[in-house]
Amino acid sequence: MSLPRSDQSGHSDISLGTAFHRLGSPPSVYRLATQLTPWFAWAAVACFGIGLYGALVVAPPDYQQGHAYRIIFVHVPAAWLSMAVYVVFAIAGAVGLIWHIKVGFIVARTSALIGATYTFLALATGSIWGKPMWGAWWVWDARLTSELVLLLLYLGYLALDSAIDDRRTAGRAGAVLALVGLVNLPIIHYSVEWWNTLHQGATVTKLGAPSIHIDMLVPLLIMGIAFKMHYLTVLMLGVRAGLLKQEKRASWVKTLSPAR
Amino acid sequence: MREFFAMGGYGAYVWSAYFLCVVVLGGTVAFSITNLRTLLRTLSNSQQGPSD
Repeated sequence: MSLPRSDQSGHSDISLGTAFHRLGSPPSVYRLATQLTPWFAWAAVACFGIGLYGALVVAPPDYQQGHAYRIIFVHVPAAWLSMAVYVVFAIAGAVGLIWHIKVGFIVARTSALIGATYTFLALATGSIWGKPMWGAWWVWDARLTSELVLLLLYLGYLALDSAIDDRRTAGRAGAVLALVGLVNLPIIHYSVEWWNTLHQGATVTKLGAPSIHIDMLVPLLIMGIAFKMHYLTVLMLGVRAGLLKQEKRASWVKTLSPAR
Repeated sequence: MREFFAMGGYGAYVWSAYFLCVVVLGGTVAFSITNLRTLLRTLSNSQQGPSD
């Protein structure tokens, strides 16, 4: 009936808070990220295969833009992810800031780098699409400008992060910047309605049925999932690298095999 | 096949956009894997002491 004393005292103080911190503890996060990496990677490969076939072969040409519109299948997923990753980036930073969970800062830092590449891709593919359709590589349209601001927010964060030596201070300062920058997201989304300039309005994310043919919509959504899986793959790899760098003196790192 | 690559005269635009995405997305994955592998190798080397 009676439990050993040491066992009792060892488990008596486990509250919800410590369970939460244990879940976010570096070795368990590292293990989870390692297990999830191949699943996300193969899902990305499969979705890119199906999505690209649908985008380039199955989808019919547009009645106004001909085949040039096919850029939408990479442009829109990149733009979606540039914003979705920003949300993860800001929330992860806030988690690090409020609950002092260092993994939050690592997720934020990795997300900022990937988010910046998606923002770059959205701007670059948009520019390539703009040339034949609008006649210009770049215009100071509200949508384009607010997306450029998003890129500057990501780059500003990365510059700030590399300028501060203390990892904890860098993480906290960056998290504040990320949270302030959140205000840009609704501006990007509603820019096509508020200013109604050159960039076309929403095709998928609007009230009522999407104004796009089903043979175009399905590949677009699959490409969206493919980009999401790509993000998760790179996030898992980045989080693992970040944890190793931060915890290089911890005992759990020393038991890792170099092969994986 | 030729028609497919021509993309109705927009081939240069369509394919350069797709090519850019393949390079950037593939590049981020390759960079992440190399970075992680290098870290794992340095950590396992440092445990065995400066034998190299």
